[in-house]
Amino acid sequence: MSDTAENKGRRDFIVVASNTMMAVGAGAVAYPLINQMNPAADTLALASIEVNIGALAEGQAITVKWRGKPVFIRHRTADEIAAANDTVIDDLRDPESDADRVQKPELLVIQGICTHLGCVPLGQKIGEVKGDFNGWFCPCHGSHYDTSGRIRKGPAPTNLEVPPYAFVSDNVIKIG
Amino acid sequence: MQTQKFKSPVVRWIDHRLPVFSFMHHELHEYPTPKNLNYLWNLGSLAGLALVTMIVTGIILAMHYTPHVDHAFQSVERIMRDVNQGWLIRYIHMNGASFFFIVVYIHIFRGLYYGSYKAPRELLWILGVVILLLMMATAFMGYVLPWGQMSFWGATVITNLFSAIPGIGESIVIWLWGGFSVDNPTLSRFFALHYLMPFLIVGVVILHIIALHRFGSNNPLGIDVNGNQDTLPFHPYYTTKDMFGAMVFLTIFASAIFFYPNFLGHPDNYIPANPLQTPAHIVPEWYFLPFYAILRAIPDKLGGVLFMFGAIAVLFVLPWLDRSPVRSGRFRPVFKIFFWLLLADCVLLGWLGAKPAEGIYVILSRLATAWYFFHFLIVLPMLSLVEKTRPLPQSISTPVMGGAAMAGSSAPREKPNA
Amino acid sequence: MRKFNILTLGLSAVAGLMMSGSVALAAGAGGQIVERDWSFSGPFGSFDKGALQRGFQVYREVCSGCHGLDYIAFRNLADLGYNEAEIKAIAAEYEVQDGPNEDGEMFARPGIPADRFPNPFPNENAARAGNGGAYPPDLSLIVKARPNGANYLYSLLVGYGEAPSDMTVPDGMHYNSAYSGHMIAMPQPIYGGDVSLAGEGDTSMEGLSADVVTFLAWTAEPEMETRKRTGIAAMAFLLVMCFVSYGSMRYVWSDVKK
Repeated sequence: MSDTAENKGRRDFIVVASNTMMAVGAGAVAYPLINQMNPAADTLALASIEVNIGALAEGQAITVKWRGKPVFIRHRTADEIAAANDTVIDDLRDPESDADRVQKPELLVIQGICTHLGCVPLGQKIGEVKGDFNGWFCPCHGSHYDTSGRIRKGPAPTNLEVPPYAFVSDNVIKIG
Repeated sequence: MQTQKFKSPVVRWIDHRLPVFSFMHHELHEYPTPKNLNYLWNLGSLAGLALVTMIVTGIILAMHYTPHVDHAFQSVERIMRDVNQGWLIRYIHMNGASFFFIVVYIHIFRGLYYGSYKAPRELLWILGVVILLLMMATAFMGYVLPWGQMSFWGATVITNLFSAIPGIGESIVIWLWGGFSVDNPTLSRFFALHYLMPFLIVGVVILHIIALHRFGSNNPLGIDVNGNQDTLPFHPYYTTKDMFGAMVFLTIFASAIFFYPNFLGHPDNYIPANPLQTPAHIVPEWYFLPFYAILRAIPDKLGGVLFMFGAIAVLFVLPWLDRSPVRSGRFRPVFKIFFWLLLADCVLLGWLGAKPAEGIYVILSRLATAWYFFHFLIVLPMLSLVEKTRPLPQSISTPVMGGAAMAGSSAPREKPNA
Repeated sequence: MRKFNILTLGLSAVAGLMMSGSVALAAGAGGQIVERDWSFSGPFGSFDKGALQRGFQVYREVCSGCHGLDYIAFRNLADLGYNEAEIKAIAAEYEVQDGPNEDGEMFARPGIPADRFPNPFPNENAARAGNGGAYPPDLSLIVKARPNGANYLYSLLVGYGEAPSDMTVPDGMHYNSAYSGHMIAMPQPIYGGDVSLAGEGDTSMEGLSADVVTFLAWTAEPEMETRKRTGIAAMAFLLVMCFVSYGSMRYVWSDVKK
């Protein structure tokens, strides 16, 4: 605690040992007090959802909630797929080919969370602003994403994230 | 400023403008403390440790708890099962209440034995009784929150105490409940108040410490400090001693938390609250048992409530009931006997509080209750008049008998405005 | 500095007494209780994995028809020694209500590890209606919710028998030596040989009862093993800390004249 002048060098081994152990003990106590704020076991267990995409027509998009956040699922048109593939990858801020971001070219599944500061970009509903690259546009700070959900313009550092998902059947995907 | 006591220029710079370091140095470091304190003087700092533990774990529990009748029980079980180390935090809080009371009760009886309530420490004592009352209210409301059977029926019985007040009793109870029985509004407000009251306790504890530091600690001899040869600086002497005490306390506390976490609890509180069925035996937590025994000893609703509150009220006026100029029980041979009788009486009341209110138990409860009040209202004032006390030592450092300063003549640790 | 004085000892003893006083009344209340040695009792106790799995089977085949297990999720079964695939398979054997779907309907689907055990009855009234007015309590906390829980529950399960001749047991009630008042609405659940165990095990009434009690002790306190293990580490640390801080205090006080 103190190291003052009148403490006349009392710090012998036993005192140092005692203070050191005290610090170790305090650390051990701090761990559960901090760790309790991490996601609880039941939260972690609620991992996956299944989505039926059979009714999703070409050009349409739906938003589903997964782990409390929106997931964008878009049935892309041939033009959109072509636009995504025609991009020069080296020009991108976060270089990634479209093929790496989809399992089937027509179906794009991405997390609808702008990688800048966590807003939900526009572009899902018909008539919404889709940004300069015909994908999504984040109204908070003006990030533009292309038809593969990659960042093209604006402050966001990385592409929209692709959540883990798998095709359970042709019409059903399981996210998480 | 003569502040050569701080080496760091940053500390000196701050201290010159905001003397927090000087203050702490004065109150926690050089604070002159009688050199003859025994281990019973550890209990004050332990109570502080218990209070901090309760507040920290309580805030954490509040992050996960849901104060709603439909979710409260389940949210507590979620803390126990799903929240990371939630079981540990909840068991610390649950057992912490009991250990806080153990520490405080020992602290109180230490004060009773050594006359720590006597002049000039009357307000220090009274603030302590206020803390006890606040603790009781806090503990009671906290026990309601898990919304088990004991929570619910405890809340019902204790709030019904107020219905004993003539005329307005019923209205007060309905006001407390926010309805016509203990229900969701009651739970929400108890949660809000349970969160608030510990901070009131902290406030009163600060006043308690200010009052303590005015004249310094009492000591086992009960005589005034007679200069520097009788005292030691708080640091490192009493910091190391308090640290040792804290470790012993934590070891006992940990053995309860980790190995017998439900020993002090009641199994019925793991049954969700059911307003249609009262458990066969309802008992309060152990720390309320002596008061509960007094409540049940009086065969009249209002009378029982009055005597129960009177048992604490009498502590407020204790400094004026015991007028003996000698503080420490060591030099009061008759008082000493009565002290042990009072302690035994309180234990007996605690035991009776857990027994069914029938037969011999009722008679014993009445006798024990009578003795409790007899002790404070008759014995102590009488002893002040008739007891022949033993001669006091001259000072703490000279164990020669005779001629110590009279109690009540103590000088404050520093002159105001000096 | 004085040694511990009599007042210190006295007050500490009293505190201990007061605390155990509240426990004294937890015992008592009626029935005859058999005391058993459990694998999970004592500071070093842990759950016997085999007994847990057998007990779980007994719960599933005997108890779960009437009694819920509200606070246990399938994922918790990992504690019993099942792996992820086994847990998924167990969960899928249960039907769980979910919904609403796109059409707004509730629907049943196979369980997943995150689901809790489905309750046998939709609500308390349905449970009472199905059990002659008696409510089969949820079992997740039952061991903690009864005094001397594990022994009590075991005694209850093996406590059925003929009523003494001076006692008339009404229809729908059953004599039980452990139950308070000796008359219980639950018919004898375990006779021995009720369950064909997946592995080795004692299928007598006593064996199966002990297994299901072990399982329910786990459902009541799934954190118990972690708690005791943490506790031993904490106690070891604190005991050393006691000695070290005592030494530190003595060192600091060594120059003070008594």
